[in-house]
Amino acid sequence: MLHLPLFLIFGAICVAGAINLLVQRHPINSALSLIVVMASLAVEYLLLGAEFLAAVQVIVYAGAIMVLFVFVIMLLNAGEEEHTQGSRVALLLGVPGIAIGGVLVAWTVLRHSNTEAVALGALPGPPKDVARLLFHDFLLPFEVTSVLILIAIMGAVVLASKPGAIVRDRRPEPAQEEKRELAAVGKER
Amino acid sequence: MSITTYIIISIIKSAALISILLTAVAYSVWLERKVSARIQNRWGPTRVGPFGLLQPLADGVKFIFKEDLTQPYVYKTLYIAAPIIAVVFAISSISVIPFGNALTIPAFSLGPLGTVGPITTPLQITDLNIGLLLILGITSMGVYGVALAGWSSNSKYSLLGGLRASAQMISYEISLGLSLVGVLILAGSFSLRDIVDSQRHMHWYIFLQPVAFFTYLISAYAETNRTPFDLPEAESELVAGYHTEYSAMKFAMFFMAEYANMVTVACLATLLFFGGWLGPVFGPPIVQMLLPVVWFCLKVFFFMFLYVWVRWTLPRFRYDQLMAFGWKVLLPIAIANLVVTALVVAWRA
Repeated sequence: MLHLPLFLIFGAICVAGAINLLVQRHPINSALSLIVVMASLAVEYLLLGAEFLAAVQVIVYAGAIMVLFVFVIMLLNAGEEEHTQGSRVALLLGVPGIAIGGVLVAWTVLRHSNTEAVALGALPGPPKDVARLLFHDFLLPFEVTSVLILIAIMGAVVLASKPGAIVRDRRPEPAQEEKRELAAVGKER
Repeated sequence: MSITTYIIISIIKSAALISILLTAVAYSVWLERKVSARIQNRWGPTRVGPFGLLQPLADGVKFIFKEDLTQPYVYKTLYIAAPIIAVVFAISSISVIPFGNALTIPAFSLGPLGTVGPITTPLQITDLNIGLLLILGITSMGVYGVALAGWSSNSKYSLLGGLRASAQMISYEISLGLSLVGVLILAGSFSLRDIVDSQRHMHWYIFLQPVAFFTYLISAYAETNRTPFDLPEAESELVAGYHTEYSAMKFAMFFMAEYANMVTVACLATLLFFGGWLGPVFGPPIVQMLLPVVWFCLKVFFFMFLYVWVRWTLPRFRYDQLMAFGWKVLLPIAIANLVVTALVVAWRA
């Protein structure tokens, strides 16, 4: 009874957050808008009866990934974004692009509007159902995805480390004997 | 039960629980001051009321009447929002914590309004089948309060505190979550009520999952920024860390959030490892109904005491030690415990 109004309200919050994400100039405000988007998406999942998905959405996206985003923005102390006057190419290609995309989405929705709407509880809600889907019905895609993510992590490590950086590049401490010799000639660092 | 009764009962339960939680928060501050004084051979608060029992009240009044400073260099919106975020998430995690069996109120009459039938309601605001996940989600959102406070204060000590808090919370959240999975495998449910019910007949998970318990306890201390993990507010190097620029009620809100998080952690440790409200039950019906709550409160009190005890016993970690301990010691132990538990359960099934 209350589900539809709540669904619409949080949908509106979600879209507003997404627009705010683009409009804001300061990166931290954009990151916070993204958190709002993700949290309201979680509420939408909850309203559809997919409570496990909602919890994971909050824990993983809003609670872990976005904390890292905010952490990096804070660490780099990123300032306000600088805006150019806007490029003509973007205007010429972007506006028709948005129009075409909107028409496509609208056409698809209208074309398939006679299909059954997602009913409350139609999504796999309880953790057991999700587990059965993940580890039984879709085991292969699930495992392949995890390997893919592992490869991505390894790639990130390779890209981030400079050649030879993994080898310890710190100068080794002078040995005890050497220290004594240095001290003897008054060159102790 | 009609929807009106349900809503009224939910409101009463929420209001009661929030006031109990806030009182508990105030008196854990008192407990901390008293116990720390005892440990250091002092008296602690003695002036306000017997044994200084009214000290939290006096502190609250003082916080309200203090001047609320807002420095000109802060990012105002986030500076004001940060303590609110911290305290709201800290308090809302109490919503799924069960603290006893069902409570039955016998039928009574409201005069001309008619009679209210016998009402049976669980001693919990709501029992979700993702209760534990909800608490994890809420606590993982709570870090924004600290991180944003550090950033929006626009001062170096605050920023360092906020950075340390977010890095530390991300690192220890992983071992915290993994240490709970062992219990979840044994209990087979995310609902806190089911987890407690599966520990009947003294099958407390502290006996079956001792490694998980200590991993949980250590990472929970790090999550709540308590000594020996209080790097985000290390007063000897960062003045007061992320809340350096806060005063009056805004500062008090961070304080409340920290102690409310401690209460949540103590409740979770009780529910997951110490059988929640389970314990010997005897006597007349009314005593039988209330004894579980007493057991629950006693266990939670023990964990609160342990918090204080640890704080005034152990010195603070160095930052690199903290990170190395989290990633190189605690996380492998948690993973190993999880693998062993899963193998044993699979083998016995």
